[in-house]
Amino acid sequence: MPSSMTSEREPGSPIPAPSSLAPDAFATANPAPGVAAPSLIRDYLNQRGSGRVADKSFAALMLLCACSIFAIVAFIFWILVVRSHLSQVEFGWKFFVRTAWDPVAGDFGAFPFIYGTLATSLLALLMAVPLALGVAVFVTELCPKPLRAPISFLTELLAAIPSVVYGLWGVFVLVPLMRDVIGPFLHKTLGWTGLFEGANFGVGLLTASIILSIMILPIISSLTRDIMLAVPNSQREGVLALGATRWEMIRIGVLRNSRIGIVGAIMLGLGRALGETMAVTMVIGNHPEISRSLFAPGYTLASVIANEFTEATGDLYLSALIEIGLALFLVTIVVNAIARLMVWAVTRGAPVGAA
Amino acid sequence: MSRPPIPIPTRQPSPMNFQSKTMRVNAIRRTVTNHFVSGLAVLATVVVLVPLAAILFYLVYKGASSLNLAFFTRVPAPVGQEGGGMANSILGSGVILFLASLMGIPVGISAGVYLAEFGRGKMLANAVRFTADVLNGVPSIVMGIAIYSLVVMPQKHFSALAGGIVLAIMMIPTVTRTTEEMLVTVPHAVREAALGLGVPKWRTVLSVSLRTASPGIITGCMLAFARVAGETAPLLFTAFGNQFWSFKLNEPIAALPLQIFVYAISPYDEWHRLAWAGSLVLIVMIMVSVTLVRIYANRGVLKGGS
Repeated sequence: MPSSMTSEREPGSPIPAPSSLAPDAFATANPAPGVAAPSLIRDYLNQRGSGRVADKSFAALMLLCACSIFAIVAFIFWILVVRSHLSQVEFGWKFFVRTAWDPVAGDFGAFPFIYGTLATSLLALLMAVPLALGVAVFVTELCPKPLRAPISFLTELLAAIPSVVYGLWGVFVLVPLMRDVIGPFLHKTLGWTGLFEGANFGVGLLTASIILSIMILPIISSLTRDIMLAVPNSQREGVLALGATRWEMIRIGVLRNSRIGIVGAIMLGLGRALGETMAVTMVIGNHPEISRSLFAPGYTLASVIANEFTEATGDLYLSALIEIGLALFLVTIVVNAIARLMVWAVTRGAPVGAA
Repeated sequence: MSRPPIPIPTRQPSPMNFQSKTMRVNAIRRTVTNHFVSGLAVLATVVVLVPLAAILFYLVYKGASSLNLAFFTRVPAPVGQEGGGMANSILGSGVILFLASLMGIPVGISAGVYLAEFGRGKMLANAVRFTADVLNGVPSIVMGIAIYSLVVMPQKHFSALAGGIVLAIMMIPTVTRTTEEMLVTVPHAVREAALGLGVPKWRTVLSVSLRTASPGIITGCMLAFARVAGETAPLLFTAFGNQFWSFKLNEPIAALPLQIFVYAISPYDEWHRLAWAGSLVLIVMIMVSVTLVRIYANRGVLKGGS
């Protein structure tokens, strides 16, 4: 009922008020004409309060939870810096270029672990990137429509397998395979490069890289797929209309448009590879040495923490391990930040899950 | 309907001579490259699916033969003794994951609500979103040593609670981002309808936006759950593992992934068998949840609703 009409009305006027909206009790409770609109809804709302307090506190609570994410990152950083203080004072920046790792003598350096981490991660990328791109191209451009969903589902299943299960499979299936079949074959055919020399126990940098490449593949391929789907169809049609074959269309129309995002996806895979722990620990051999051969056992930043943290005796030993953790934290944060920015630059504004 | 017949040109009106030798060679080269690269893409897909098949095959082949009732009802037997199971690890995993969900999911959903309902377009929201994505990429082992330093060191002993905290922190970014993505797809008209009825904002968010987006949000929570269910590295220094029944949150507790790790690197065949069986159980649990989520999400209220 419009308020202009009701305000002109005297209490007890001949115009009958609709009984549902303005009963007599209501009219006598608001006798002053032109002051309040006798509306049941408004009265109900006034009785109940404006909800401003509830709204404000709800918004504040949500904001608090959102800011807790900052707090978590800040806390992790702070505690790692504090707890690694001893080692920072003792070794300074040289910690990262020293090769010694002698818990008994209290002499620590992280270089063998940095080498192991970089070598395995880069090798894993070398193997995973072409395969992941192949899968993404197949799924987005070549694959018949009914096959598309099952194949992406299967590759995502690969991402759902826990690290420790990969490790188990690596120890009992991949390691014997490397020792008896792939290792000798590589030594025979590619031995001249010097990369496949020395005793081959099955465990080592190469085995760890293979496991890692299987683990990071789904991440790279699913992100690349999303990025390729974000390329507008008009680009594809435009290139095809010029008489290009399908591959030329993919190369010129799709890959060239999404290259920044693909680099971002690869860097996200790198970030995952740098921090991967369990599977690598189980197959890398865990020996802090720097060797040219890929058959040689190695050690990574993450796996030294996993193996020695609970056994670390002495404060310096513990703080050296925490400093390794700090280094890993900072490196993965930087890699992930750059990668996210690159992926965002491409997929921003694109429909989510357009598969 | 009849159309006038379109005259078919007898010769292409083109300045290029398509019959020349260079053009023909070029065309052949391009066709061959096209087929070659298509073949490579198919090959890559097959190569990627081989390890998946191999892992699943070995899990079933080696794990199924070790599964029996004792596996689900008994605690681990000492070395050299036959039998024994992983019942305490399964229970321990359950306890830790319950704790993690209790802490991680409400915080994650709230942060997602802030991003989608209150902070759209604000700098702060962008910063939160970015930080969540970056936190998602921090290695789990680093989280493990951070919580070790924060919780375990002051307490001076490992505890189930510390394990729960680590996994909760790992769940938050995933839950936050999926909640936000799902809330963004809720049509504005639905919110406006609620607000137009005089419903306060907090009530609108809880009973309209979140309710509408709930299938997607449940999916996100399950995915986060499945992801942390298999985590081993952060539990090494927080939950630590245990060979007995344990219900106390203040004491070390067993977890399925931890027990698999311990058994896998042990030198005993009996323990290797148990490791395979444990992996099979773990992966079946994870895959069932992921698959259910996918089916459920595909049937969601929101399908095509944006």
